[in-house]
Amino acid sequence: MSDQAKNPPRDYLKPPMTEVGVLGWLRSNLFNTWYNSLLTVLVALLLWQLAPPFLKWAFFDSAWNTAPEVCYESEGACWSVVSKNINFIIFGFFPDGQQWRPGLSMLLLLGLVFYSRDRNHWRRSLGVYWLIGLSVMGTLMYGGVFGMPVVETAQWSGLPLTFMLSFFGMVAAYPLGVLLALGRRSRMPAIKSLCVIYIELIRGVPLISLLFMSSIMFPLFLPEGVTIDKVLRAQAAIILFTAAYIAEVVRGGLQAMPRGQFEAADALGLTYNQTMRLIILPQALKIVIPPTVGILLSAFKDTSLVVIIALYDVLKTTKVSLSNPKWTGFSTEAYIFLAVLYFICCYAMSSYSRRLEKELHTGH
Amino acid sequence: MSRGRSKSPIPENGILPSRVPPWRDPEKRALAFQLIVLLLVGTLSYILFSNTQANLERQSIATGFGFLDKEAGFEIGESLVDYSAADNYARALLVGALNTVKVSFVGIIFTIVIGAIIGIARLSSNWLVAKLAAIYIEVMQNIPVLLQLFFWYAIFYESFSSPRQALNPVSGVFLCNRGLIFAVPEAHAAHAWMGWAFLAALVIGYGLHRWGGKRQEQTGRSFPAVRIMIALCLLLPLAVWLGFGAPLNWDMPVLRGFNFSGGVTVSPEFSALLLGLVLYTGAFVAEIVRAGIQSVGKGQVEAAMAIGLRPGQVLHLVVLPQALRVIIPPLTSQMLNLTKNSSLAIAIGYADFVAVTNTTINQTGQAIEGVALIMLVYLFFSLSTSVFMNWYNKKMALVER
Repeated sequence: MSDQAKNPPRDYLKPPMTEVGVLGWLRSNLFNTWYNSLLTVLVALLLWQLAPPFLKWAFFDSAWNTAPEVCYESEGACWSVVSKNINFIIFGFFPDGQQWRPGLSMLLLLGLVFYSRDRNHWRRSLGVYWLIGLSVMGTLMYGGVFGMPVVETAQWSGLPLTFMLSFFGMVAAYPLGVLLALGRRSRMPAIKSLCVIYIELIRGVPLISLLFMSSIMFPLFLPEGVTIDKVLRAQAAIILFTAAYIAEVVRGGLQAMPRGQFEAADALGLTYNQTMRLIILPQALKIVIPPTVGILLSAFKDTSLVVIIALYDVLKTTKVSLSNPKWTGFSTEAYIFLAVLYFICCYAMSSYSRRLEKELHTGH
Repeated sequence: MSRGRSKSPIPENGILPSRVPPWRDPEKRALAFQLIVLLLVGTLSYILFSNTQANLERQSIATGFGFLDKEAGFEIGESLVDYSAADNYARALLVGALNTVKVSFVGIIFTIVIGAIIGIARLSSNWLVAKLAAIYIEVMQNIPVLLQLFFWYAIFYESFSSPRQALNPVSGVFLCNRGLIFAVPEAHAAHAWMGWAFLAALVIGYGLHRWGGKRQEQTGRSFPAVRIMIALCLLLPLAVWLGFGAPLNWDMPVLRGFNFSGGVTVSPEFSALLLGLVLYTGAFVAEIVRAGIQSVGKGQVEAAMAIGLRPGQVLHLVVLPQALRVIIPPLTSQMLNLTKNSSLAIAIGYADFVAVTNTTINQTGQAIEGVALIMLVYLFFSLSTSVFMNWYNKKMALVER
């Protein structure tokens, strides 16, 4: 025994080649059983069949910034339909020569969003920055000062409209949704039933019906001579719709709060407002971050539905570009471009939410 | 305790004297608050109502549902019931509602299948399959469903050729910009009897299942009722078909002029709508299925294997019953989402309820009635689906002691 302990074996046995490194990984992840091997081979064959033609179509044979005539002759994708119409797709009917204004506004918005990502920046001053930023954006878009000609809201279209509808849709729907959730959990029967009716009614109908309501029914509600901008009406419909969904998510969070939290707050002599603001909501809203982000993402995607009531969001401007006889037949490419655009926005939001969830996690 | 002490702030019976000012009494405060809110809501509704009345009178639009009896005067592309432009609006709306039911029903079935497959693939130990499933889920969830509908519709319209150069992947199946056209067996008296045989097989199978369950409770011996039922469902109709002399005449689609005649045609609108809804909702269902399966503890599977259950039994008796409990509630809301999203049909020209109602509104100007009808019909769909799913959920729920 002691001899062996003094003289450890010189050459260590290496693990078998088939268990480590690339080979080992392949074996344990792709070929661990006979049916997994079969599956791997089948899927790889399928990919081999599909990927090269797609890459050839999308990259090698494609036309990137050419006249439509070139596209008719080429076998590949015609990305020119996007690059040649990019101004209209992004800015819509915003007057030529003024398009730097929505461009700058969007950059400002992205900058603010990027700045707000860091939780160290979540101070009172951040609210002030947002207020300043939003008023600068509004001024830039509307104009009328510093020699910028006025651009009516009817001409706001394309990506700025999409961003505007979704940004205000999310920002206004969230507090409204929290209020509705609190109302639904309230002990006052009148408040509770009003909130229940509202939430269930809205959640039971498609967003389109609300958009129709805003576009054809709402004008009937207003007294004679009063008109409200079409964009604003659609915005209101999106807010009201999203709020009902947020309310249900937040209610889930409220229900998950143990009774002890309410009782402890009562014992401390906190009022209802204090209890909610200091004890319940911070915890409840935190645990529902993942579903809330899901709702906000759907709100962002659902802004595309305004196409149906003929608002010119980025999907509609794309469709208009495609209706140009020169460019008909290249819808696939344009829609793929839009899909990538939406995907990037949604993916950024959902990965940020995952990070936030991790940062706010205080469990033990 | 002397009488004089009872004048302390808290009386013996513990009830505070009503000297508390009303604004500090939570009950009275709540009452006042509710009254104010109700009053506000009431006033708002009254203002809206009177404005609407005034506007309608000014535009001389007659209210009410009288327009439903008038002749619709527009054609509808596809319909489950007989319909022509001479029928009234009520009939047209019925056609639209049935079209919505059709696409939602077929869509829900396909979505569950796709969602289950992708959800299980996401958990596969095969790296390639799991990664592909993950990519599918991530991509499909993050692209607006309307954009997907436009995309599939464009594929149908731009990438597929005219009927004359239709793709013909399998004999009797054609794919062109008029949709998907495929052959069906010609109608024959045997088909009705085969249907009855199938029903009979289901009833017998159900009876066997009940009897097998009872016997297992009493004697412990299991009975392969489900397998026998599946076999019956296949064999009984087959026997009937053979009994009729195996009639097999195909109703083949034939190119006549510019379009096909014969066979069954699935319109490009329906196909694009179905494809878009199923692929989009399927991604969400896949995530739900994955979460449901992952929610069943590893110990459950190990324990089931330790008592000697076969892999199929582990899945059927241990994993699925527990996973379904987690899966069903979110699955219900996805089904409702699919039904509501089917209203996007209007964007690609499929004649669903919203599209027909929109045409009706444009022709008659009855905006309020139209929007109210849309809301009522979807509320009905939503409520009936959730009633059914709640019943099913209750049936599957854990029976706790």
